[in-house]
Amino acid sequence: MHAATPSLLETCIRNSPDPILLMSHLVLGYPSLEENRKVMDAMVAAGVPIIELQIPFSEPIADGPVIARANQESLANGFRVETGLNFIAESVQRYPIPIIIMTYTNILMAQGFDPFIQRAAAMGVRGLIVPDLPLEEAGDAIQSCQTHGNNQLDWIRLFTPTTPDSRLELLGQGASGLVYCVARRGVTGRHTEFDPQVMAFINRCRSATRTPLALGFGVRSREDVQSLRGKVEIAVVGTAAIEIHLSRGAEAVGSFFAGLR
Amino acid sequence: MKKGYFGIFGGAYIPEILHETFRRLTLAYEQARQDPNFWQEYLDLMENYSGRPTPLTFAENLSAHFGHKVYIKREDLNQTGAHKANNVMGQGLLVRRMGKKRVIAETGAGQHGVATATMAARMGLECVIYMGAKDVERQRPNVFWMQQLGATVVPVTSGSCILKDAINEALRDWVGSMDDTHYVLGTACGAHPFPEMVSWFQSIIGIEARQQILKQAGRLPHRVYACVGGGSNAMGIFQGFLDDPQVDFIGVEAGGEGIASGRHASRLASNAGRLGIAHGYRTLFLQDDDGQMRETHSVAAGLDYVGVSPILAHLHNIGRVRFASASDQEVVAALKILMQKEGLIGALESTHAVARAFAEMPHMPKDSVIIINLSGRGDKDIFTIADALGDPGWRTFILDKAHQYQKS
Repeated sequence: MHAATPSLLETCIRNSPDPILLMSHLVLGYPSLEENRKVMDAMVAAGVPIIELQIPFSEPIADGPVIARANQESLANGFRVETGLNFIAESVQRYPIPIIIMTYTNILMAQGFDPFIQRAAAMGVRGLIVPDLPLEEAGDAIQSCQTHGNNQLDWIRLFTPTTPDSRLELLGQGASGLVYCVARRGVTGRHTEFDPQVMAFINRCRSATRTPLALGFGVRSREDVQSLRGKVEIAVVGTAAIEIHLSRGAEAVGSFFAGLR
Repeated sequence: MKKGYFGIFGGAYIPEILHETFRRLTLAYEQARQDPNFWQEYLDLMENYSGRPTPLTFAENLSAHFGHKVYIKREDLNQTGAHKANNVMGQGLLVRRMGKKRVIAETGAGQHGVATATMAARMGLECVIYMGAKDVERQRPNVFWMQQLGATVVPVTSGSCILKDAINEALRDWVGSMDDTHYVLGTACGAHPFPEMVSWFQSIIGIEARQQILKQAGRLPHRVYACVGGGSNAMGIFQGFLDDPQVDFIGVEAGGEGIASGRHASRLASNAGRLGIAHGYRTLFLQDDDGQMRETHSVAAGLDYVGVSPILAHLHNIGRVRFASASDQEVVAALKILMQKEGLIGALESTHAVARAFAEMPHMPKDSVIIINLSGRGDKDIFTIADALGDPGWRTFILDKAHQYQKS
């Protein structure tokens, strides 16, 4: 159920003076952990207030071609979950911003749901996004977040355009931290037209929860971010940043983010 | 027990965006299942489009050779040459009911892709088949047929470029296209309702086989053998005898280059499968300590898969189905015997069941009654089989043909 007091993540979002916050996404070990570190330095210096770190999985069904390939190449380069978790722990210490873990169910399951979540909570991770663990199956994981998180580790729920109002409400009731709103059908990476349809979807999301909204899937430009100002608290920029990193290097990612707001 | 679960296996681990699609699919499936007209329509279609019922052939020479009564269920005689037709035609009827206009499917060996393409042609649906780039290379004849049938074949270059990656790519299509598209999953795996629904369509095999064996042998079989990739043909035939505790079931997995080599696709018989969640369901997967799926290997592309039907994993857990494996080498040897003694060209997948039956029969009491499910025919494997047998005439033929193409 809705926590009596807002979580650390939610407080951090609500206390920000910025009209819209940016959340960025990195795939661990792609192209390497050293490069991940450089990009994060650049992102934080550019004022990115929330970072989502993806632990690669061999079967990334909810990701588009760019991020799926990043998962695969990271694994091909020998990425191990243990190294990734240590990197996340260091990142939490190094940067004064909330860090969120995104990964798939089997990665948690391989470590044990509860041990994984306990460790994430102890490291100071502020949120977990697991796109293939639907609400019906997530009961134990949500419980673990509450037990170990002490209101500091949020299980992040997803709203999508195909979710009927009744289900948005069901998902929204127990939401904490932020709600990840998937702007359109399809996978990550393709461009989204931020048209009246998306705005109508955002309104449906808003009616279903009091938790801050993060809109992702296809946010790529300053124009996209501007059109979301005043509509959602957070714009999620994933694939576009990975593409810029690959083509123009870590510093370019910093100026890309600085130019988005 | 929770809906869609078989013991600790099964479930529906799907992205939120597909929740509503699965809710509607489950509803359509449940309504069809309660409607006797639907099953009758299915039986009629299978009778006049796919030649059902398929025979249960008494294998006279093998029987004499082994001193048992060996019967072979002839799924190789289906439209497109495999049991896959049972599933796709059933799902095709369901697609019609749901009013969708486009179908997508994954395929490994290409059998399910070809079957789906024939269904789409017959039912007037747009059809896109996802196939691992490595499989596209290995199975060109099936790619050719899918394209001739009007389907678009998309080679998948992500992951290991094999069946599991084709499943992921089909799911990526579906999360964008669910409004007008149905995903025709090819086996008894994936999120609920697929394992149950595919098994239901395949149960036609076991229903026929039970009537046929009672008529021909005058008794139930001692043992039933079936190969297991995802597990749909095995589920199909086993279901005919599930309520007969005296009938033993043997599921035969791909032993590849041998269990000890690590290059195999045996999840249950090898004890290497670990409980995991991927591709929408919970079962025993071949995976590493981190939960990453491993590479699998088999001479038979259709058995080359990391997961296994949650229903079979459960039947294995409760001791109802015994699992064994057959190596690439054993399979090729068994195929030679099957061809020469009975005139049957089995698919390499199906011949895994044959090979294991051959290995076990010498240890069974005389005159045991055995059914082997020959799930498909082997014409499609001509390149692989010719290589495995090292046939010199075939090699010359291919070289000559290549030479001709080069000149033209």
